[in-house]
Amino acid sequence: MKIVVPLKQVPDLVEDLELNDEGTGLDYEYLKMKLNEWDDHALEEALQIKEGGSAEVIAVAVDGEDVDKMLYTALAKGADKAVKITGANPYADNQELARVLANAISGMGADLVLVGVQSAGDRDGWLAPILATHLNMPTVSVVTGLEVNDGTATVHKEYSGGIMAEFDVALPAVIGVQAARQTPRYAPVSKVRQIQQSASIEEMAAGDVGDVVTSTVEEMRHPEKSGGARILSSVDEIVEVLKEKGVV
Amino acid sequence: MTLKTMVRKEKENKISYVEKDSAIIDGIDVSGHWNKMYQPREISNFDVGPLEELRALAGAESIGNCYQCAQCIGVCPVDNVGDYGPRKIYRKLQMGISLFDSADLWQCTTCMNCLRVCPKEVNMIEIMPAAREKAILDGKEVPAELQEMFQNCAEYGNPMGESPRKRARWAKKADVEVKDLSKNPESVDVLWFVGDYYAYHGRGNDAANAMARVLTRLGVNFGTLGAEERCDGDSQRLAGEKGLFEMLAEHNIEKFNSLEFNKMVVSGPHAYNAIKNEYPKMGGSYDVDHYTQFLSSMMDKLKPLMTREFKKKVTFHDPCYLGRHNGEYEAPRTLLNAIPGIEFTEMFRNKEQGYCCGGGGGGMWLDGFMADNINERLSENRVKEAISVGAEVLAVCCPYEVSRFEDAVKSTGNEGKLQVLDIIEIIDQCIE
Amino acid sequence: MGDILVVAEHLNGALDESTFELIGMANDLGNSVVAFIGGSDDMIGQLGAASKVVRVDAGADFNPETYGAALVAVADHVNPQVVLTSGSSMGMELANMLSAQKSWPLAVAATKVSIDGDVKAESALFGGKIIATTNLGSGPCVVAVVAGSAPADAGRKDGRPAVESVDMPATAGKVTFKKLIMPESADVDITTKDVLVAIGRGIGSKDDIEVAEELAEALDAAVAASRPIIDAGWLPKSRQVGKSGLKVKPKLYIALGISGAPEHLEGMKNSSTIIAINSDKNAPIFDVAHYGMVADLFDVVEELTEALD
Repeated sequence: MKIVVPLKQVPDLVEDLELNDEGTGLDYEYLKMKLNEWDDHALEEALQIKEGGSAEVIAVAVDGEDVDKMLYTALAKGADKAVKITGANPYADNQELARVLANAISGMGADLVLVGVQSAGDRDGWLAPILATHLNMPTVSVVTGLEVNDGTATVHKEYSGGIMAEFDVALPAVIGVQAARQTPRYAPVSKVRQIQQSASIEEMAAGDVGDVVTSTVEEMRHPEKSGGARILSSVDEIVEVLKEKGVV
Repeated sequence: MTLKTMVRKEKENKISYVEKDSAIIDGIDVSGHWNKMYQPREISNFDVGPLEELRALAGAESIGNCYQCAQCIGVCPVDNVGDYGPRKIYRKLQMGISLFDSADLWQCTTCMNCLRVCPKEVNMIEIMPAAREKAILDGKEVPAELQEMFQNCAEYGNPMGESPRKRARWAKKADVEVKDLSKNPESVDVLWFVGDYYAYHGRGNDAANAMARVLTRLGVNFGTLGAEERCDGDSQRLAGEKGLFEMLAEHNIEKFNSLEFNKMVVSGPHAYNAIKNEYPKMGGSYDVDHYTQFLSSMMDKLKPLMTREFKKKVTFHDPCYLGRHNGEYEAPRTLLNAIPGIEFTEMFRNKEQGYCCGGGGGGMWLDGFMADNINERLSENRVKEAISVGAEVLAVCCPYEVSRFEDAVKSTGNEGKLQVLDIIEIIDQCIE
Repeated sequence: MGDILVVAEHLNGALDESTFELIGMANDLGNSVVAFIGGSDDMIGQLGAASKVVRVDAGADFNPETYGAALVAVADHVNPQVVLTSGSSMGMELANMLSAQKSWPLAVAATKVSIDGDVKAESALFGGKIIATTNLGSGPCVVAVVAGSAPADAGRKDGRPAVESVDMPATAGKVTFKKLIMPESADVDITTKDVLVAIGRGIGSKDDIEVAEELAEALDAAVAASRPIIDAGWLPKSRQVGKSGLKVKPKLYIALGISGAPEHLEGMKNSSTIIAINSDKNAPIFDVAHYGMVADLFDVVEELTEALD
């Protein structure tokens, strides 16, 4: 079985997000990019499936700063192959990214495409269902449980309040992963470095992306601070509030 | 365990026993396994695989030297509050129990007290990092808190997972100028390696500010690496992430080499150990002092500045990586004894026999894990000792320790009884 | 000005609150509101605030494949200016499939929608740190709206509007709904508690939950949590507050070490009083909290528990 996992870089929220001069997007020059945490779950789930039976795991990413490191880390964690798509916009929104990935993945013969269900900057959609439409594959998102048997994936889709729905999905399919069955693993630096010496990343040109559903960002801004909380400075003040509210 | 699997395991482990198919004693039927009697076992009956596997690792060879004298157990700070020690590890290995899958793997703080007394030179300081590295590379389960720390250091260059760009932010709030050599390179006399806790931790910031003021008052021409500094990596190395250590060290060495300075001064014993003993192996050799060493070499200048009295009863905790690991016991004491008005008292376990705070060798990020394995935190044990000698202030000179001991003061119910201060904070308070 | 097509979301035969929020929001925009319902006819009697309902017999239970195909058919039938869905697990899937299949622009994570010639949506991105205004053109387009962005009461009205039926289109039948899995009977029902002590990532380790439990005991409260705590397996799913957890409205919500990601705020921002304790003074939780304290949560909680005993 072949599992393809697209990996996307997103701005690291540990840094303050700065806006471009026009106020229509992020200023990427000073941003630190990191792997989308949901994609890390998708990769972990793929590796779990591989380790529980047999599968080939292919990590795919659009070329950009630090992407090599991200892909080598995926290899160090246990992915079998890493593919880098060159000549595409590394900061593309999901509608455009889905087109780029669909081009790249369509010829790979994937049985399963595992995508992080969301990322912090999703503005024009979620990657998984859009990608599935372009690949003409069935799809289910917000999946926390996944089991593959004889060409069928049995998935648990999460609703609110802890309720889940179970679906059978005929493969090949695109699944939007909410959480892997266990915390994504850590790749020791020495292993990543070792892989950097021994493994290679395959390159693939993005090619013609075709028509992308566009929407224009008119403005991006930081939210104005609302009146916000009244700041208390001692536990006594908290106790006062609790009394006032009749809690104690 | 079912009877069947027990028998199978017994066979695998070559345990021999006598068992009568039919036996009735005093009218009670004790046939079969009810009358089983085990034969004494030879040590050679056990699987030596786990011991050999560990011994085969570079650095871990000396585990085979152990002859079970148990000197180490008497001085092991972890055994003092739990059930762990070098001798016990060897004993388990003799019985075929692997270290790689055991909680023992993560309990050693690499404090070095065992090596000090070991007649066979079983060197846990090298055995533990080697064993841990193998476990990590083999994908064994790493305690989650430690794994998160590794991840943070790999991504951000500090264990807290803070933005590397904010590393020099504390200096903006300092009331003296702290030169950021990464922004404005210039030749300085002293390159001050600030370290993670001084840079990011609230209480560490207090010490960093104190240090900046004291150096300024002494007229030292100093600067820092600013936001370009990264974690020294020593605790990561000792916790088994050698590759991460190398990555951090390479970064720091490259930055050090791009600057002109005569001497390096570090805030913390772990950075001191790394830069003094490990960085040279990677091509970075520097004249480095722990800050207590640097300041104690300037007593003629420092002493006249300290005009304000600090009339408190003070005791001092020797950091393992300044003391036992690097033989420096006097510099901090020279400073403390020069504090006007101070009443200095030693704890029972001091200098070579100093007790470990529990933060070394990665222990700083294993408190949750250790809680399941020990009955009292090492820092709590130490705080009680400080109180028992009547101290009002526990002086430290390792950036890990202020927060560790302050926590311990609270968790042992001694809040208000014992203050924890970095020596540099005390010196700063004495300068008008 | 075309119609606004609202996707009525339902689970287990009951309409979701978001349906009423969306209908109310759509009515405010001044367009004629058409609701799409894929499930049972029984629920239509609650959609009185819509001017029309289009029903497709897509099965009683949501299935991304059938409901996705049904929505496309309804969109073709209605030819709306805007399609509004909830930003939920179901709504997001439908919004995305519709957008991709029809090549209609889409904005997600929306908290505001306006129509002034062009359709515009305001979305909270990057954990609420950035607000983006997207221009989706004059329509047709799709917007997925965050739950709680509009009052539900404005769109809640009994009455059965005119109903049109659209035939269920053929699908490839690749996704099969098997069953709903209900959560194991919850140990505590956090939705009925007057006081909740909620913990987040800032709690640090599983053992430290005890500190929150002691405070909860002193306040006769239950311990709730944000997603990271549940994902780590430190508390059962029944304690999760937020988008994928439960929505709660206690009299008092004490947030300990919770930064306040939009997904969490969605589940608790309607609490009567919110007290937040966090060491990061810039944490977004302080924007929705009524009272805040910037401090180490352990110091505060232990002292507070003692003060209450």
